[in-house]
Amino acid sequence: MQEPTRSDLPSPAQVSWPILSTENLSIYYGDFLALRDVTMAIPERKITALIGPSGCGKSTLLRCFNRLNDLIDGFRIQGQVFYYKQDLYGETVDAVQVRRRIGMVFQQPNPFPKSIYDNIAFGARALGLQVDLDELVERSLRQAVLWDEVKDKLKTNGLELSGGQQQRLCIARAISIKPDVILMDEPCASLDPISTLKIEELLRDLAQEYTIVTVTHNMQQASRIADFTAFFNAQADEKGKRSGYLVEYGTTDQIFQDPQEEATRRYVSGQFG
Amino acid sequence: MVLSPGETDFPEIPPRPPVSLWLDRSFVWATRLFAFGVVGVLVYIAIVVGLDAQPAMERYGLAFLTTSAWNPVNDTYGALPMIYGTLVSSLIALLLAVPIGVGTAVFLSENFLPPTPRLVLNFMVELLAAIPSVVYGLWGIYVLIPFLKPIGAWLHSHWGWIPLFSTQYLGPGLFPAGIILTVMILPLITAISRDSLVSLPPTLRQAALGLGATRWTAIFRVLIPAAFSGIVGGTMLALGRAMGETMAVTMVIGNSNVLSPSLLAPANTIASLLANQFAEARDLQISALMYAGLVLFGLTLIVNVLAEWIVSRVKYY
Repeated sequence: MQEPTRSDLPSPAQVSWPILSTENLSIYYGDFLALRDVTMAIPERKITALIGPSGCGKSTLLRCFNRLNDLIDGFRIQGQVFYYKQDLYGETVDAVQVRRRIGMVFQQPNPFPKSIYDNIAFGARALGLQVDLDELVERSLRQAVLWDEVKDKLKTNGLELSGGQQQRLCIARAISIKPDVILMDEPCASLDPISTLKIEELLRDLAQEYTIVTVTHNMQQASRIADFTAFFNAQADEKGKRSGYLVEYGTTDQIFQDPQEEATRRYVSGQFG
Repeated sequence: MVLSPGETDFPEIPPRPPVSLWLDRSFVWATRLFAFGVVGVLVYIAIVVGLDAQPAMERYGLAFLTTSAWNPVNDTYGALPMIYGTLVSSLIALLLAVPIGVGTAVFLSENFLPPTPRLVLNFMVELLAAIPSVVYGLWGIYVLIPFLKPIGAWLHSHWGWIPLFSTQYLGPGLFPAGIILTVMILPLITAISRDSLVSLPPTLRQAALGLGATRWTAIFRVLIPAAFSGIVGGTMLALGRAMGETMAVTMVIGNSNVLSPSLLAPANTIASLLANQFAEARDLQISALMYAGLVLFGLTLIVNVLAEWIVSRVKYY
């Protein structure tokens, strides 16, 4: 297996430098090795999908990119994570600032129990941005293709929306502060097919402006929306503890049409487990 | 890592502004200060009470806990009657208030009533906690004690052979004190139990009902066990309150420092003893009262540790 590095990154022609990259990254929770020795590079303004069976560490990796794992007791890493050329876990880097640039959307839609307007305005208010909030709310909601559905009820509580609308509200909230990267942890897992389709279209639109990294269990989804796909798998050590590792990483077409690894071929063709 | 020429200025994540960092750190320090401040107050009170109790502790030792003389004239003190009174009056309150309180909580957390009457009822239960304890005391003297007279008389005449009912009902005593405490701790138990029942995830109830369980099975087998730690927490808070309650108890318990097992006889609690005697106490008596206070402190501590232990045990089943 050949691991993609900066020099042999997929489609290097469009990429001057990867926005996010890891080098020999291993992630531990206490003594437990969750993810082993991952080296990969994520290009700007593309959608990169992380796929693989449960427990393969793909969500763990995702949360590493905006240092959300810092909140977990016993979490530590070996190796490095880069934002362009900056070590995200370097001593001078502040996790709060990292998350301002690298936003996140979660599996369960989690709007604040506030009005739609206040949900979107929250980030700008919390960061003390000097902007026209009305304009910010409208722009974010338009970008998230939610504006037409909610423009007459901006004062309603965000929790009163349907599941799919709530998730688009959360995406609008994430892009309201104009991050560089949006991390998504199975953003459609709890949604119906129609809402899923809407979100997928939205992600394709957003990819023109933002870098998107998404974890998904839905392989059709990965093949529909992702430019690049990374397949992770889990392997048990001699004590029976399962650690995740990166099996194969390439363009989505390559991973789905012409996988180099047997494990990838079995997984993407649905013969796994 | 290979650097390509001309590509050295990539975006970087800037450091936090110093003001924001400074605010963050001072906030952490402020919360730390508050937390240790609260603990500090507790420790300080314990030390002061402990130091003042020193002379009595040296003179009476542990016999203070097991003897029942309380005689300021020749300076002999034993706190057994008050310890007994404190424990028994609180226990009566707990035995009566837990079933009533948890029952009320179940009723108020289910949809037996339309929302509006339920809200009113809720509010009124919580209002019970807003009545000043001296008003409870007055109510105890003028309403409760006469009301309990026939019950007390019946208990003595039919069950008089049990030591608990071995004396005539004279009015003030452990029995009315226990009842007053029941009413006083009821809103605590009800409010906390109700809150922990209401905050359970609805899927829990649906899971039970989906297996064909009746409403009662769902409540008693699933919801109450799931809310158990909250209910125990509320109960222990209530027990602490009952053991430390002073004014209302003093007014109805009879303030007798003689040990009698009977619930119908006048008795005393530690808190009530302190309230009654501090004004005229001097020298060794003050020290003895401090010692009694320390014992109450210890009892409450034991109750709380016990509660933590019960809750931690139950969580794992």
